Amino acid sequence: MTAIHIDNLDVSYGETQITHGVSIDVEEGGSFALVGESGSGKSTVLKAIAGLAPEWRGTIEIFGRPRSHGIDPDFARTCQMVFQDPYGSLHPRKTVDATLMEPLNIQGLSDHNERIAAILKDVGLDNRFRFRYPHQLSGGQRQRVAIARALIVEPKVLLLDEPTSALDVSVQAEILNLLKRLRRERGLTYLMVTHNLPIVSFLCDRLAVMRGGRIVETAGAENLKQGHLQNEYSRELLALSAPPAV
Amino acid sequence: MAFTDMRSWLLDESPASRSQARWGRIFRISLAFRSNTLAMVGLVIVLALIAMAAFAPWIATHDPIAQDTYARLRPPSAANWMGTDELGRDIWSRVVFGARITLAIVILVAALAAPAGLLIGATAGYLGGWVDRVLMGITDIFLSMPKLILALALVAALGPGIENAILAIAVTSWPSYARIARAETLTFKNADFIAASRLQGASSWRIVVGHILPLCTSSMIVRVTLDMAGIILTAAGLGFIGLGAQPPLPEWGAMIARGRTFILDQWWVATMPGFAIITVSLGFCFLGDGLRDVLDPKSGEKH
Amino acid sequence: MSGPLLVVENLKVTFPSPSGPVDVVKGLSFQLGRERLGIVGESGSGKSMTGRSILGLVRAPGKVSATRLEFDGIDLLRQGEKGMRAIRGARISMVMQDPKFSLNPVMTVGEQIAEALVAHKRLPRREIAARVRAMLEAVRINDPDRVAGLYPHEISGGMGQRVMIAMMLIPEPDILIADEPTSALDVSVQAQVLDIIDDLVRNKGMGLILISHDLNLVAHYCDRVLVMNAGRVVEDCAASELKNAKHPYTRGLLAAQPRLDETRDELPVIDRTTWSAA
Repeated sequence: MTAIHIDNLDVSYGETQITHGVSIDVEEGGSFALVGESGSGKSTVLKAIAGLAPEWRGTIEIFGRPRSHGIDPDFARTCQMVFQDPYGSLHPRKTVDATLMEPLNIQGLSDHNERIAAILKDVGLDNRFRFRYPHQLSGGQRQRVAIARALIVEPKVLLLDEPTSALDVSVQAEILNLLKRLRRERGLTYLMVTHNLPIVSFLCDRLAVMRGGRIVETAGAENLKQGHLQNEYSRELLALSAPPAV
Repeated sequence: MAFTDMRSWLLDESPASRSQARWGRIFRISLAFRSNTLAMVGLVIVLALIAMAAFAPWIATHDPIAQDTYARLRPPSAANWMGTDELGRDIWSRVVFGARITLAIVILVAALAAPAGLLIGATAGYLGGWVDRVLMGITDIFLSMPKLILALALVAALGPGIENAILAIAVTSWPSYARIARAETLTFKNADFIAASRLQGASSWRIVVGHILPLCTSSMIVRVTLDMAGIILTAAGLGFIGLGAQPPLPEWGAMIARGRTFILDQWWVATMPGFAIITVSLGFCFLGDGLRDVLDPKSGEKH
Repeated sequence: MSGPLLVVENLKVTFPSPSGPVDVVKGLSFQLGRERLGIVGESGSGKSMTGRSILGLVRAPGKVSATRLEFDGIDLLRQGEKGMRAIRGARISMVMQDPKFSLNPVMTVGEQIAEALVAHKRLPRREIAARVRAMLEAVRINDPDRVAGLYPHEISGGMGQRVMIAMMLIPEPDILIADEPTSALDVSVQAQVLDIIDDLVRNKGMGLILISHDLNLVAHYCDRVLVMNAGRVVEDCAASELKNAKHPYTRGLLAAQPRLDETRDELPVIDRTTWSAA
């Protein structure tokens, strides 16, 4: 089944049109990457799906259901997002516990304590962290909390906006491993925005390269691993991320 | 022993419960606050004011409204610590009972103006668009009028008296809180953690009340504390021109007004309540500055 | 080449904390000639503090101490603020991470570059204009006359960083310290900016300290690499030898990076318990 179906999507901010006719399909359980440089419109596509960029035309369907332009609690249970900057995505005055409690309250889910304990364990956080404030956590720990917050309502689709670009290499490896394991265990569908091609190789099975608000190429991850991208711009990006000396 | 246990429980990096986390945060803030001498001076003054108001009948040496025409305008002495006024009332006792009025004014104004300003500002800032324009338009109208003149006009319309003075001061002070709350809200509005709650389906009301207000409150506490001095002075000013507390209520501003006539020969009549106003105003200012150092979200999150 | 440009011996940077002073840099030693030195490490490794302490830019309450901190025979620790100002910019320059915060928003690009020049040398106006133009050309800005008249908000991030480099290099310093000069930029622009730095450093025979979290980048653009962890240097080797690194931390960092031709199912994670206690 198709988890995310996007057809001919034009997103605008006021007068400026950011994306032009973007079309992608992600299978259920798939992991798809939108790749490009800043200003390519890759994050905008993600925001439109999430509902944070309400001005769009075209089709966005999640599991066959067309997406409205607003955000409703029902949609929230299917689709959640993890943000780029772990320092800005947690409320500075709320403990981890309070942050995780919020979605449960909104969705009216019961067994708060059990659910919070279980999700913390699942993202690899000890119960010691449960009542800490964000400033008492490292960047990697914060990102784990952000992932826990997204997964606590048991969504099927996870939108990832450069989830590791603000982290150190060693922490990035831990978070990437975590994301890979969670996807496998929970049968999640990922749509990830990144500029880092090696991460795509590790975590995704398909990718679309974006430039100037348009998709210039869609390819399987094997093509990326073997260096077989067709489009000239894609090849340019590929050349730039090939490790030079080491 | 119990004390060190308590301390380590409060400073635990990994609290085991919600309440431990909350008390730990309060304790850390109070530790930072204690190291600030001026702030502690301010706190002592404010606590003294509260104690004075609470225990006025025991602290005062005389009845604050009992007149004694034989003992008019006596200088400070062992019997009358701050002297007596033109009706022979003991000024010290009047100052002590006046603390009640001052405190009542300050608390009521803060309780009326700060929440109103906070909610209006945060709503305007978060929703934006025409809501913002309407709410801020109203705010600007209030802000464009001089505070004391507006308060005067209101009291003149409602009639003199302490209740109306409080109302008038509250009406004149909420707009500046609304401005601050709006400005703060705009800085948080586009933060990822707000976007994250929106994605969870949180309503605008939930986001404003549950996420934005808690971030604005600390700067609001600081601001209100710093404004206390101004509120006391405005109340005193209204009392001074006879539109605030009415005789025989021992309101400090009204006391100065009455003592004005004798300022050259019987200086203590006007000076003693004036001294009380200055001390309390300063106390609130010190306290506010200290609170800003420990509570301000811009510096507070670093430690 | 006569002796090293910069000698650092047993450098320590200390910050007070509620539980006593904490060393952010714990006894670092290195020498820099007219070469390209890379300092690599993760956040909290002390790499940025090392760069800042050389220029006397560590803010109070941080404290810098060293048995030797000499630049071209000048003892940097004994220089007052005035002495440091004469060295900073003129003889040792620093390029920071984000051009948005380093450029003055109300001055044109040309004025800012010119200011960097006149702050250290007295020159006739014609000469200054010519030098600014030449410098903008050197950082590969195609129409220098137009760009010189632009304000910082009118230029892109990559252009901004090139302007920063122009500003830093126009007084012709002996050492350039570049602290994460490209991490705010797109990959395609990153390469351009680093190539420009590389060219200028080589042509003018300057010393370069490139501070970065990116092992590949440092290995590519430097001759020698110091790998820092928790305030200490754990690896000091030629850039070409990095792939044969001995320290488990360096090896861990190299292995933790995903590769383009990734086949691993899981990335190896650094196990800090085995050696960080030492």
